[in-house]
Amino acid sequence: MSGLGLPALPDNGSPRGPVVSLAGLRKSFGQRRILDGLDLAIPAGESLALIGANGTGKSTLLRMIVRLTEADEGRIEVLGEPVRQLGGASLKRFRARVGVVFQKHNLVARISALSNVVHGVQARRSGPRSWAQCLAPKAVREEAMACLEAVGLADKAMQRADSLSGGQSQRVAIARMLMQRPELVLADEPDASLDPRAGREIMELLFRLTRDKGLTLVFVSHHMAHAIGFSDRIVGLAQGGIAMDRRALHCREAELAAFFEEAPVMASAETMAKPVLEALA
Amino acid sequence: MSLTSDLHAGPGDRFARPSAAAFTGGFLALALLIWSFSGSELSAEKLIRGIPAMGNIIGRMFPPDLGRLDAILASLASTFQMAVSGCVLGLVLSFPLAILAADGLSPHPVIRALSRGLIAFFRTVPDLIWALFFVIAVGLGPAAGVLALMIDTIGYAGRFFAEAMEETDKGPREALSTIGASRTGLIFSAVVPNATPSFIATSLFCVEKATRASVVLGLVGAGGIGVELKVAFDLFDYDTALTIILAVFALVVLVEQVGGYLRRRII
Repeated sequence: MSGLGLPALPDNGSPRGPVVSLAGLRKSFGQRRILDGLDLAIPAGESLALIGANGTGKSTLLRMIVRLTEADEGRIEVLGEPVRQLGGASLKRFRARVGVVFQKHNLVARISALSNVVHGVQARRSGPRSWAQCLAPKAVREEAMACLEAVGLADKAMQRADSLSGGQSQRVAIARMLMQRPELVLADEPDASLDPRAGREIMELLFRLTRDKGLTLVFVSHHMAHAIGFSDRIVGLAQGGIAMDRRALHCREAELAAFFEEAPVMASAETMAKPVLEALA
Repeated sequence: MSLTSDLHAGPGDRFARPSAAAFTGGFLALALLIWSFSGSELSAEKLIRGIPAMGNIIGRMFPPDLGRLDAILASLASTFQMAVSGCVLGLVLSFPLAILAADGLSPHPVIRALSRGLIAFFRTVPDLIWALFFVIAVGLGPAAGVLALMIDTIGYAGRFFAEAMEETDKGPREALSTIGASRTGLIFSAVVPNATPSFIATSLFCVEKATRASVVLGLVGAGGIGVELKVAFDLFDYDTALTIILAVFALVVLVEQVGGYLRRRII
């Protein structure tokens, strides 16, 4: 069992290769180096929490996995695909296999929750019948309703997305991700900008849904209780690489808080302090 | 100098002399104004001399002659038909052109530049010039007016549709792009729904604009009530001209009111 008494990592007895394999990953933004030779392997079915101070490259790492951000150097192999070598149609096919939940839910505001979930089917099919619930075939509508049911929002199906609360919007975004039928789920601070209860509910939902389907989950969170409670493994980033890699069961909130206090970000003190010093001069 | 001594130095000179650049700019603006008025041949003497003539024309306009009201209303209906059809054709064609011209949605920068150039060209040439062109091309009558209004609408709506799509929230676009959605799917799923209020506002304004423009197009033979107005003035039939002006005024006000109501209801 994981920290909060949620389902444990399924053990079918067969060793499975890593779903995500990163080697020698480097990324800089201008003069500032964010990642410097990062290596990481994530086995199938694992829930991994990425933690670290702001600017340590957690979100950048998630974005590089689906190539929303280009890496400067290194190898990225995800679901057996050499991500940096993909392009055009092959990149689209690869992205269709990876579900991403953003910090901001990124729903289309003026349409119904159900239509937003129907959009998830665009991972598998294109054309006008995937643009809105009113155009979608019955099977797609039913699957979208089942996804909304799974996140507990079937009763809000026809409500406009911009009339939903933050927590409800994030649930719809998760339902859209489920509609995609992903093999890997990435979540970039899905619990941010939500009140503590809603944030915890979202993390619990995400964890349960991915665990039930045996999916690999990689999430970024600044909530130490969520990192411990909803992951099997916690990886802490600092100084451009992995500064901590531990099983969640062995972690305590106080230790993780201490990690935040002690681990500096990659940028040197001089680089970080320069704008401040210039402003004071 | 320390901050304290600055504070005790008193207020600065509030009437600082303008810089050389500001002075030159002001001088050039004044020169442009004088040059423009000198070319307009407008003078107080002319205005004073024109007042009796204006009074005479206005006096002869009253009371408006309703004798040809049936013909005027039929012509007004034809004008409105011309405005609606030209405008709708223009709006329909604006949409794909706006997608090609929108930053982030256009398939290629060259296509985007060409589309923007075409829209700008349609917008910068006045509708009256387009009407003259189409009168020569397809002959006198409403068809020329419809085509002129269509081009004028593309020039206006094409630009505003493209801007509305560019300004939509990038988040849903990124979310669908991450799913692996096609460009068309992304446009119709994430961009169009969010840009719809702007599309509606622009379309309603285009109908209002086309209604006003369609009156003038008749003056160059592009059909509609403009022809009636020109004939009335040419024959010094000012009381009929007033009836036409009032009919046009009523139509434009009606279209603007309905447009405003729809904007409030839909958006």
